[in-house]
Amino acid sequence: MIEISNTEEENVQILKVIGDVDASSSIHLDSALAEAIEKNKNIIVDLGQLNYISSAGLGVFMSYLKELDANSLKLVLSGLNEKVFHVFEILGLDQLLTIKEDLDKARAELNEV
Amino acid sequence: MKYNLKISCTKSNLPDIRVFVADILEKHSYPEIEAHKLVLAVDEVCANLIIHANNCNPDESLSLSILYNKNKSIIFEITDKGIGFDMNKYKEPTLHELVDSKRKGGLGLMLVKRIMDKIEFKSEKNSNICRLIKLMN
Repeated sequence: MIEISNTEEENVQILKVIGDVDASSSIHLDSALAEAIEKNKNIIVDLGQLNYISSAGLGVFMSYLKELDANSLKLVLSGLNEKVFHVFEILGLDQLLTIKEDLDKARAELNEV
Repeated sequence: MKYNLKISCTKSNLPDIRVFVADILEKHSYPEIEAHKLVLAVDEVCANLIIHANNCNPDESLSLSILYNKNKSIIFEITDKGIGFDMNKYKEPTLHELVDSKRKGGLGLMLVKRIMDKIEFKSEKNSNICRLIKLMN
């Protein structure tokens, strides 16, 4: 259903999410993101193998925006397939969140700042 | 063509609902990206009904029927016996309100409203019926 791993690099941590994030599984994304924020490093969420996201998953990302900002941390989502990207686009969340095509571009985004 | 699915009110049944809807749309060669949005809208409504109207009670059930009117419309009708939803009392939050409140909920119905052409909620006797209508151009 959902599999989340966290790889820590020197200046960034990469959360890789595989499967579907819906009202049933979003709790796992929520706790993974909460743990990642505690580590006080910028976060890339690799969504290259995410098949599906519903509002429950979108809501998880939205709910941490203030906390990330307060801690001067950056969150970049990467690798969304076309169907998943459209879900972010419907409500304009692609403008509110930083979304990059792949991991390299997500890393470059963080290094630029 | 009419298709029916009845499932118990547990969140773990949501993937089955999505597969059911996706398979029907694929069978009718509905465009893939648009089909994904319709699957999402039905998933959102079913998740809300399972969680809020039926408290994830597996003894309760939802019935989903899909009426596919070729070249005209697709009507998704979801019936349950839980707590009814009054669309008139629903006030859509803004994205900034959601960010400020750090709420995780609130986006579902916003998505459904943007995906579907018409949404109706009505309660009659012991049942609540939610009807989602998508018109075909």
